[in-house]
Amino acid sequence: MNEPRKVKLLLEDGTEMTGKSFGYEKPVSGEVVFNTAMTGYPESLTDPSYRGQILVLTYPLVGNYGAPAEETENGLLKYFESDRIHISALVVSDYSFQYSHWNAVNSLSHWLKKHRVPGIFGIDTRALTKILREKGTMLGKVLMNGDTVDFYDPNRENLVEQVSIREKKVYGNGKYRILLIDCGVKYNIIRYLLQLDTTIIRVPWNYDYSKEEYHGLFISNGPGDPKQCGTIIEHIGRSLKEDKPIFGICLGNQLLALAAGADTYKLKYGHRSHNQPVRLVNTPRAYITSQNHGFAVNNETLPSEWEPLFINVNDETNEGMKHRSKPFFSTQFHPEASGGPTDTAFLFSEFIRNIQEYIGEE
Amino acid sequence: MKSHIRKVVVLGSGALKIGEAGEFDYSGSQALKALKEEEITTVLINPNIATVQTTEGVADFIYFLPVTPFFVEQVIAREKPDGILLSFGGQTALNCGIELYRSGTLEKYGVEVLGTPIQAIMDTEDRELFVNKLKEIDVRTPASIAVTSVEQALEAARKLGFPVIIRSAYTLGGQGSGFCTSEKELRSLSQKAFSYTGQILVEESLKGWKEVEYEVVRDNHDNCITVCNMENFDPLGIHTGESIVVAPSQTLTNSEYHTLREMSIRVIRHIGIIGECNIQYALDPRSEEYRVIEVNARLSRSSALASKATGYPLAFVAAKLALGFGLPELKNSVTRTTTACFEPALDYIVCKIPRWDLNKFTGVSHHIGSSMKSVGEVMSIGRSFEEAIQKGLRMIGQGMHGFVGNRNMEFDEIEKELAEPTDMRIFVIADALKKGWTVEQISKLTRIDSWFLYKLQNIVQLEEKLGAFQSLDELPDDLLREAKIQGFSDFQLARIILKTDPEHIEHRLLDVRKHRIKRGIVPVVKQIDTLAAEYPAMTNYLYLTYSGVLHDVPFEHDNRSVVVLGSGAYRIGSSVEFDWCSVSALNTVKKRGFRSIMINYNPETVSTDYDICDRLYFDELSFERVMDIIELEMPRGVIVSMGGQIPNNLALRLYQVKAPVLGTSPLSIDNAEDRHKFSSMLDQLGVDQPRWRELSDLSDIYDFVEKIGFPVLVRPSYVLSGAAMNVVSNRDELDHFLKLAADVSKKHPVVVSEFIQHAKEIEIDAVAREGEIMAYAISEHVEFAGVHSGDATMLFPPQKIYFETVKRIKRICREIAQELNISGPFNIQFLARDNDIKVIECNLRASRSFPFVSKVLKTDLIELATDVILGFPVEKLHKSTFDLDYVGVKAPQFSFSRLQKADPILGVDMASTGEVGCLGEDFYEAILKAMFSVGYRIPRKAILLSTGEPRSKVEMLNSARALKEKGYLLYATRGTQQFLEANGIDSTVAHWPDEESKPNTIDLIRKKVVDLVINIPKNLTKTELSNDYLIRRNAVDYNIPLITNARLASAFILAFCKMDMNDIKIKRWDEY
Repeated sequence: MNEPRKVKLLLEDGTEMTGKSFGYEKPVSGEVVFNTAMTGYPESLTDPSYRGQILVLTYPLVGNYGAPAEETENGLLKYFESDRIHISALVVSDYSFQYSHWNAVNSLSHWLKKHRVPGIFGIDTRALTKILREKGTMLGKVLMNGDTVDFYDPNRENLVEQVSIREKKVYGNGKYRILLIDCGVKYNIIRYLLQLDTTIIRVPWNYDYSKEEYHGLFISNGPGDPKQCGTIIEHIGRSLKEDKPIFGICLGNQLLALAAGADTYKLKYGHRSHNQPVRLVNTPRAYITSQNHGFAVNNETLPSEWEPLFINVNDETNEGMKHRSKPFFSTQFHPEASGGPTDTAFLFSEFIRNIQEYIGEE
Repeated sequence: MKSHIRKVVVLGSGALKIGEAGEFDYSGSQALKALKEEEITTVLINPNIATVQTTEGVADFIYFLPVTPFFVEQVIAREKPDGILLSFGGQTALNCGIELYRSGTLEKYGVEVLGTPIQAIMDTEDRELFVNKLKEIDVRTPASIAVTSVEQALEAARKLGFPVIIRSAYTLGGQGSGFCTSEKELRSLSQKAFSYTGQILVEESLKGWKEVEYEVVRDNHDNCITVCNMENFDPLGIHTGESIVVAPSQTLTNSEYHTLREMSIRVIRHIGIIGECNIQYALDPRSEEYRVIEVNARLSRSSALASKATGYPLAFVAAKLALGFGLPELKNSVTRTTTACFEPALDYIVCKIPRWDLNKFTGVSHHIGSSMKSVGEVMSIGRSFEEAIQKGLRMIGQGMHGFVGNRNMEFDEIEKELAEPTDMRIFVIADALKKGWTVEQISKLTRIDSWFLYKLQNIVQLEEKLGAFQSLDELPDDLLREAKIQGFSDFQLARIILKTDPEHIEHRLLDVRKHRIKRGIVPVVKQIDTLAAEYPAMTNYLYLTYSGVLHDVPFEHDNRSVVVLGSGAYRIGSSVEFDWCSVSALNTVKKRGFRSIMINYNPETVSTDYDICDRLYFDELSFERVMDIIELEMPRGVIVSMGGQIPNNLALRLYQVKAPVLGTSPLSIDNAEDRHKFSSMLDQLGVDQPRWRELSDLSDIYDFVEKIGFPVLVRPSYVLSGAAMNVVSNRDELDHFLKLAADVSKKHPVVVSEFIQHAKEIEIDAVAREGEIMAYAISEHVEFAGVHSGDATMLFPPQKIYFETVKRIKRICREIAQELNISGPFNIQFLARDNDIKVIECNLRASRSFPFVSKVLKTDLIELATDVILGFPVEKLHKSTFDLDYVGVKAPQFSFSRLQKADPILGVDMASTGEVGCLGEDFYEAILKAMFSVGYRIPRKAILLSTGEPRSKVEMLNSARALKEKGYLLYATRGTQQFLEANGIDSTVAHWPDEESKPNTIDLIRKKVVDLVINIPKNLTKTELSNDYLIRRNAVDYNIPLITNARLASAFILAFCKMDMNDIKIKRWDEY
């Protein structure tokens, strides 16, 4: 094995760290974010919400179980959350050059190289995380071979446009027709819904779905600042006037809030982990959830016909909301998990129950 | 919270034993702390006097009584508690609680079981109930079919598919169990099994599956979290207590991790746990197939490990949940701002490694498997697996320096050793990798996941790379840094690069240290914060790593911090007593206004609880690591006298590099430790000691033995196999032993000492300041000298020693303290025959008996010692030890039942794994309580006597007579029977195991005709398989109480002949 090449990670505040390469060798820049999950790198790397971001994993040992095969099932890659790696670069402490798992076909390194994504190991990811935590997220770049590249702020772009599907696509042949606005949907959302006797009509982010026939509207997760997505907000605003059930996740929660007239803001400490506790409002029940967001809905700005549904137990931020009279609800966390805990998967059934009620089945 | 609960009984786990060790001191202490916070009055029942939980102030009321239904009921009747906690004292407390429930006792006194309901506990304890319960929610357990014939067995196997495991129901020691891959094998094995038993179980084999555990918490609102998962490095088939374990899991994908997590929650909801439990899985290494192996509905060794691994205080939270709190109401005690309702995110890996002491036993197999034999464990923390495992292997403390760089670690039968693992398995893997075995080959034989083996291979490959260099100057910095990241110690580097021989390595590793500090290659301090730095955390729970560039904490350098070195892994000879000493020292340091810093790495301890000190370094107690910490912290000083032998051994080396060692000068410690120096000092003082010589020539050995006469104690300095130390009674035995155990040479001399028989052994625990004794406690052993002091039954204050003896002992003690200018705790052991006193040992540190004498005296000698060490004024203790109107008895706990085939006999090497200490108004009451606490019972029917040599026969005569008068039926082996008859005591002859005649000793034991066995060995040597061995071993295997020492047997017999269970007073500690 050749000695891995030295790589520099440079942050916009001037912090410089040196590591070694285990991925594709090209300079990149993006927003540097971290995630404290201890498993699930194939899922995270293919999560469209990470578009434009350099991902730092706080768990130091990465690559242990390699990368799985690109098998498809129901028109979706079986072991991934989208059809490609979305992160700009991966930063870890201890990369495992050898892997061992029955469903791995490649090393993580090989997979990154194939998707032309740089990977760095040998970084003090804990020290780095503390910097990112205190300064909010930060722009950064990965440099090697003396090449240079400019800082790039993905939040100034319409990232949703980059990750959304180009054309409408239909999955399944179930009873309940769900119109899914793809802002960068994770495959596991589709997988969960397909288990519930549904047909999924996945449409591009700016698609005018007013002519489509469906029973329920789903607004997906996705990358970036929700305020970049004016078109979707406008479309959702029209749907709010109707009574068809709506369910939104993550960016979907924020878009729904903006459409309803509430406001969003950037969090001091973003939530990027698999261990976020949320409380179901007005109950003693709490759930552990998977989260990945830097923006949040401001509870104070919710219009009177809306109320918070879930609250983060740690920082009391909004983790979901519901309409007081109509079958509209959303969560800031990821009930579809993948990666992360599956405690709140029941919400998909909840959505279907709303649809059943709406179409008069119950 | 349940407001009607104002007073709660907490059951402890009693003496430390294999399978139930220090983890329950930790969990009990946490539970008591949680209750205290809610202003609930706590009543603790635990005879383990050396624990932290039985310290004044931890519980409101403490009973040093056996954790058995009889005694617990009496405490309940007296204290009238509102509730009881059963899940903090291991299986002992749980079993006792179930019995109290079944007998209706809890209901009778209106005592509410807090936390997991009894029914749920019973559902997890009974295999059939458990399997059915899980079936209700479609959760799979290993398929198992009970059969009564070979044909049925074959049919069952066809149904399950080969391979299968067969288990004999109701036989001991795993006889007739085994693994079958074909019908032929099954036929032969099941035939054999049916010769022992009428029913066998045919089970699907999960051999080679991964073993994964989850720690799950649930509150009474049905909120559930999994605090931690853990993966065994060793595959299923090796008990988790015998396995190397890592947390979090390393080879599981997100899907596997969360499938098992979700199932854990489903299972504990269905069972109805409230509080904490552990669930163990088998996971197929080739698919997502799983089986649930078991659920432990209580705090366990794994939960203690999970607490330390994550920083999440499981026991504390479980106790709060038992009181009715909801998880989201509780705060995360690490961050103090976020909630306890979350799942810790780790940004490091921990590695737990078991510590075995199998060399201490004769006859025991070194193979590791489905039963637990390890006596302790360590936890190491790193940011790479290589770093964690190498740290951990050093922490074990059996002379290893990591995965590589060890001496004499070559194995002849690698294939066999890999396939049939022993306690040395990890070093067999090192040897195999060095000899060119591939990861695939090793994985196939061991069934260890290749990922772990690849990582181990990295270490071997790096060692090779490093070995190509001859000096530090030619070594590239990058490579040196990589070696440190992979956990190589300075010692390993000195050996691998500098090729240093053992004599000079202590010096050369300093060169390595200097070099790397010069090159800026130093470790960084990282926090364990439960959230992987996602939120700011106020945490003082720290470790060191080379995978990092920035420290997480600042260093004050204000001369206000004091480091206390802990005691490392629990092992035979060093356990919870030193943890108590360490904790007491930390408390005193704090009380005196200094910041306390702890260094220790044992996950089963209270001293490694981060709220016990101002800073906890969960890291190695090696010279290298302690110096790393000292250089970072620049403390006021380091206390080396509380953690037993490990810190004691570091004292001189720390002193040599000018580290600020507090208390007695390390030069004095060396004078006491070095046999020659100490001996000449005693000569100079005119203090007597048994004659001894260090000899390297066989003829010199024979000459010396000729002079002093048999028996002699022989201690080789280099051991090839078997025992390190032995007593030999004649020339033949001496020849045999020297041939078997020792390679005698100039380099490896043998120490031969006079072995004095029939002498009393007396100990003094004392504290001195600048050579002046400030406090002391003299205690005596029930057994005569020859039984290791850790295995002896100890009496304090002494009841049967001459006034003159005490006077002489005090004088000698004063002289030694003065001569060595002791400032701190120390312990001296004496032999006394008539008034002739000899010193046999002296340790300038806290001893095993400090907690015992401190608690009997109700004066914390460690607090006093710590004050002396810190330079605070102390008053001489005026309380004379003879003023007490009660007696304390400390009794050893043995774990022979766990150690198949081991000869349950006592000798000069320590064999006990724990101890208890009980108080009584007189010796008889105290010894009865103590003996009951370590598992003895008053016999109801008959006693089997085999009383050994003439002298012990005489010793036993009075007690045999007392038994007869009490109406007991006596069985005796021939010689004993004749001796008894000659002295007018009737007994029935019990024939030796190898005789055909009836009644046979073995039948009497197996059929439980006798309910106490007294077997006094005839001589002091460790005998081969023999009749006596069979009697002793069967007594252990069939759970018949066994005593092998005549003095102890007499004391116990006279005690229960004089008083009955009902005469025993139920008194709290504070009522004495």
